Amino acid sequence: MYPSDLKYTKDHEWVKIDGGVARVGITDYAQKALGDVVYLELPEVGRTLKKGEVFGTIESVKAVSELYSPVDGEVTEVHSALVQHPEEVNKAPHDSWMISVKVTGGQDGLLDAAAYSELTK
Amino acid sequence: MVEFGGWDMPVEYSGIVDEHLAVRTRAGLFDVSHMGEIEIAGADALKAVQHITSNDASRLSNGQIQYSALTTPEGTFVDDVLTYKLADDHFMLVVNASNIIKDFQWIAARVKDVGGDAAAVNTSSRYALLALQGPAATAVLQSLTGVDLSSIKYYWFATGEVASVRVTISRTGYTGEDGFEVFAPPSSAERVWDAILQAGASAGVVPAGLGARDTLRLEAAMRLYGNDMDETTTVVEADLNWIVGWKKESFIGADVLKRQKAEGAPRKLAGFEMLDRAIGRHGYDVFVDGQKAGVVTSGTQTPFLKKAIGMAYLPADRTAPGTEFEIEIRGRRMKAVVVPMPFYKRQK
Repeated sequence: MYPSDLKYTKDHEWVKIDGGVARVGITDYAQKALGDVVYLELPEVGRTLKKGEVFGTIESVKAVSELYSPVDGEVTEVHSALVQHPEEVNKAPHDSWMISVKVTGGQDGLLDAAAYSELTK
Repeated sequence: MVEFGGWDMPVEYSGIVDEHLAVRTRAGLFDVSHMGEIEIAGADALKAVQHITSNDASRLSNGQIQYSALTTPEGTFVDDVLTYKLADDHFMLVVNASNIIKDFQWIAARVKDVGGDAAAVNTSSRYALLALQGPAATAVLQSLTGVDLSSIKYYWFATGEVASVRVTISRTGYTGEDGFEVFAPPSSAERVWDAILQAGASAGVVPAGLGARDTLRLEAAMRLYGNDMDETTTVVEADLNWIVGWKKESFIGADVLKRQKAEGAPRKLAGFEMLDRAIGRHGYDVFVDGQKAGVVTSGTQTPFLKKAIGMAYLPADRTAPGTEFEIEIRGRRMKAVVVPMPFYKRQK
């Protein structure tokens, strides 16, 4: 259910790290808990993020939630098409990347798919 | 599930948007058994109801319902209620779940003040309440009852059987759609619930939760106690002058309300639509000309209209449709504009 090529956080973000660049989104568990997503607020390209820092906001019909960076790094890309169609997060959460981050720090504390599955049981 | 007024309530079944659209286009079934019922009976029941509620209950016929307010001496809301006239000497007030105890204590004491032959009883535990709402509601419910539903007009009720259970059927709701609320004995409520879902399956009737109930009532601009009005806001400020019986003798808080009606209240509840891409939600501050000037009471992205709408208390002279103001959303001032309410009105 949770793709094995992704890593996960306890805050329900997923991260896909490829050649020092991390793509970040929220998990299927998170989108289900939020319900129908209607707005997404993402940072500007060039912003530096610390692990655990708020990088944006996701809003569903019923609630507002903050998005937390799973890694240290600098935002290199923002998925603006997703901002226009935030409902895609509900349809395909693990394909709906939000930002790309050039990773500058370590990757400790991230969970693999099995550990994350266990956490959300 | 969430805790609400001491009840475990489902926020959503298939999803708020899905359920909301089902009610607008087909029908949804809500379990609203958390609502309270307080009955007032006796030869002087009408006198007591007239004293404690703002609307004119003397205009009700047996079998008729009116929206009203339980008012404080300051003209504010103890609660908003539906008044059912069961008989000349018997009324039932349907009240909000979170207010049942408070309302009953208030009503019992005020009924005593009035004196005469009238007593209040909290009958909330005698009723489960199911709401079937949407364009398909009449046809679905009709298939389960011998009561001619076309004879029950909006804000009237009748007694009869649904799925062989003795019930009261009321043409009321909290969604802006046509529909019915069915008062059933709690022990038989599940049978009625199952029968309606089964009978409605082919028409696309779905169970609907608190989440959709909130987005539906907001599109219809129906107020929510605790959000849009409470003990600090008056009936006039809540822009509900139509639920005040201005010509009736008197009632608790009448003086304040009459004065506010004549002189104008300083603030008024108004509908708004967001101009910037954001949702103004309950509790967010409102700014007019850069100054904090009010507060958002309800707000959401509405699934049917697909707009961010809401209600807010604004200075009364800034409530004309088209007037722009700002709402502070996570530290940023976002533009909104006053629009007429209701936001959604069903085609008749």
